Amino acid sequence: MDSGTLDFIVGHLNYWLFILLMMTGLYIVVAKGNLVKKIVGLNIFQTSVFMLYISIGKVTGGTAPIFPLDMKVDPDVVYSNPLPHVLILTAIVVGIATTSLGLALIIRIREEYHTIEEDQIAEVENAVLKSEQWASEQAAGEHS
Amino acid sequence: MDAVDVAFTEAAVGAGISTVLMLGTLALTARSERSSSRSSFVPLLAVLVTGAALVYGTLDMPSFGQSDAPAQTHVGPDYLERIPHEVGVPNAVTAILASYRGYDTLGETAVVFAAGIGVLMLISGLRTRRRKEEDDPDTGGSA
Repeated sequence: MDSGTLDFIVGHLNYWLFILLMMTGLYIVVAKGNLVKKIVGLNIFQTSVFMLYISIGKVTGGTAPIFPLDMKVDPDVVYSNPLPHVLILTAIVVGIATTSLGLALIIRIREEYHTIEEDQIAEVENAVLKSEQWASEQAAGEHS
Repeated sequence: MDAVDVAFTEAAVGAGISTVLMLGTLALTARSERSSSRSSFVPLLAVLVTGAALVYGTLDMPSFGQSDAPAQTHVGPDYLERIPHEVGVPNAVTAILASYRGYDTLGETAVVFAAGIGVLMLISGLRTRRRKEEDDPDTGGSA
């Protein structure tokens, strides 16, 4: 393997690791029936996006974007890009808000359905639907 | 990756608050998971296809830490140049968050406020409903 290919792999390894993490989260969301596990998967997915953004802001040889207290910025010092950090700070806080809302919804679902498994919720729904159909058929039969 | 502010926030929020929320939810709901009978082949296939498409998409991305990447040549350095004499706050992330993107942060707090109200409306009265259910299991139960 020549050095160009190796550089390419090393330079892009971060993206591939984040994709691996993101797909782990996606798999949990799709494959698991437990609602709490779905939220955990969504959080893992979200974290991978955060890490992708932060890695885009990195500059080789750069340091954290904090200036000296006297604000005399040395032009030779390289700072990493602060903009992705700001965007992700906002995203983290919004993410925890959506997570807490999702968990509150799970608590309510558990209260109504006495389960947090997707299949069992579907069973309850089907049973309710069937009994409603039966009741309406009975009512129609009585009227005719 | 030089993101000290994000590291602190993620440590406090991601490791602290979300763990507490998860454990609280688990305490209020079920502790064990019922084993699912569904096959995991279709989700695995979907995930692999999506992952392959994403990896294909990264082939055009700039390398990690590349200083002439598009993200490093437009707005980012402009902020770093302006902040020392326009805002005067040593931490560039704080300066952007509170000054240049102040309305964004205001909107963010609005989102958190709305989510807090939503959570309160969803789970308020949980204890009274539960007590009613225990006293009178016939009428207080589920619909």
